Amino acid sequence: MTTETMAKGATPNIGTLKSQPPARRRKKRPGTYISRAAIILAGLIFFFPFLWMVATSLKPTSEVFSTGSNFLASRVEWSNYVTAWTAIPFAQVIANSFLVSIAGAALTTVVSLLSAYAFARLQFKHRDKLFLVFLGTLVLPQEVLVIPLYIMMNKLDQVNSLPALIVPFAFGAFGAFLIRQFLLSLPVEFEEAARIDGAGSLRILWSVILPLVRAPLAVVAVFSFIDYWSSFLWPLIVINDVSRATIPLGLSMFSGERGTDWGPLMAAATVAVIPSLLVVILLQRQLVKGVSMGGFGGR
Amino acid sequence: MTAIPTLAVKNAKKPARVTGHGKLAAVYLAPGMLGFLIFIVVPLIASLVISLFDWPLFGTPKFVGLENYTRMLAGDPVFWTVLGNTLFFAVCYTVLNLVLALGVSTWLHSLGSWGPFFRVLFFIPVVTPMVANALVWRLMLTDDGVVNSFLANFGIHGPSWLSNSQLAMGSLIAMSLWQGIGYNIIVLGAGLNGISPNLLEAARIDGAGAWQRFFRVVLPMLSPSLFFCTVMTIIGAFKVFTQPYLLTLGGPGESTNTIVLYLYRNGFSFDKLGYASALAWALFVIVMLITALQFSQQKRLVNYDN
Repeated sequence: MTTETMAKGATPNIGTLKSQPPARRRKKRPGTYISRAAIILAGLIFFFPFLWMVATSLKPTSEVFSTGSNFLASRVEWSNYVTAWTAIPFAQVIANSFLVSIAGAALTTVVSLLSAYAFARLQFKHRDKLFLVFLGTLVLPQEVLVIPLYIMMNKLDQVNSLPALIVPFAFGAFGAFLIRQFLLSLPVEFEEAARIDGAGSLRILWSVILPLVRAPLAVVAVFSFIDYWSSFLWPLIVINDVSRATIPLGLSMFSGERGTDWGPLMAAATVAVIPSLLVVILLQRQLVKGVSMGGFGGR
Repeated sequence: MTAIPTLAVKNAKKPARVTGHGKLAAVYLAPGMLGFLIFIVVPLIASLVISLFDWPLFGTPKFVGLENYTRMLAGDPVFWTVLGNTLFFAVCYTVLNLVLALGVSTWLHSLGSWGPFFRVLFFIPVVTPMVANALVWRLMLTDDGVVNSFLANFGIHGPSWLSNSQLAMGSLIAMSLWQGIGYNIIVLGAGLNGISPNLLEAARIDGAGAWQRFFRVVLPMLSPSLFFCTVMTIIGAFKVFTQPYLLTLGGPGESTNTIVLYLYRNGFSFDKLGYASALAWALFVIVMLITALQFSQQKRLVNYDN
């Protein structure tokens, strides 16, 4: 399967969200309208927790419960955002989250590309066996590893450090697997031609492969960004200083301190959700591709 | 990229001229494989070693042999409670998730151009931080939260969703389904898109009714995607931690305590890293056994000739 046929959609492509058009056009039956009304209702109910999060973040504390199921409070209380912002070093926590997620995504992507290239294109002893063992980590729960990793970080004096949040989780098999599968679907002729022209292997990787694999690289980058952004158990274990916390940990610490102060808590939650929401809206194609390849799986 | 989500691994072709790239490969693989070794293989083995020790956070570890395991299996009733809870959660969550995701993705598939929008909508909670998701559910499910105020409109006195031991686990499952179902809706939706409409049309001409088409054509064609979803969903279910940690603290009593939550508490609240590692290995063995069992049945259950 070449990229051209994939682009034309000649083969069913996992990356496209569009349903195939029906074989022939049928007149819309009344059932269609009922079905559409029902899906709108279902969608609204499904999305309600996010609406409630935002609504609560704009309520004065006294009205969080007293208004019952009233969606809006008597007045909009923006000060919850200010409270959240100052109660935890929120700017710092957000900066940590971005730093960890971006550095983690970059590291994961580069390492995955190098491994994928070797597994897809180079010939060496026990290659396929090694790859299969490596691939096993797709179904390995990372929860099994956290205790030795913590002891390791403790010995290396890395507890409460941002590198401890980044480095240990950049070596899963998902990225290498995804890029390798893509590379296997590309013809080797470009590389052969470049080699005949005298290009070295690093140059081939940089000037021939890299432009071709931008799509799967983007998938890997997006997925590892979100993984780092949402990660909770590991930060909970290895970070106990709020100034080094990422957003999920910051939220959890904040809720531990002021568990019933829902206005500011939901304000902080809203801020935590927005980047993920943007990612979903802007990068849905990459997400769909990655999900189908085991992203967010065992890691 | 593969057309259908599948756990069947393509093998790389052997190049025409078989020259070894041993040294070159070593350079490219060095970062990935060193990281794999240091941060995955070594911790996995270390975890087994630590489980043979009485290992405090600070202080000297003491070798105790299999004592942690004998205590886990014979001397600690909480382990069996926690294991039972996790199994119960995993079975309910996986079955409900797959059935609902199959239903919803089929529904969305029938909606034509409306489908993709809702597929993405259902996917949103998968991507937003679980901590934020769990916190808003805690707010909604508190005794005087919005769910019970809504029920009060109909004269129903809502129960304590999170502190009633009969209901707490159900609440966790509901929250987790909301959180996770979009993943399978996407995978199954992609699988449905991969089924040729001509095939369904042919079945219709042959006189197959809607249900027959679904069970005899769609379901077999979808089996690779369903297999993929089942494997991933079960693994995810066994790792459940954030939901009980934030919604119920494992309570009331131990009714929503799970393996990973208990592991975390043993390691970092009770100062028993050795015992926590034994729990980690129990989790590892269970997940690997279930996954191996599924893969051994793959040929029988999954139809890969598209």
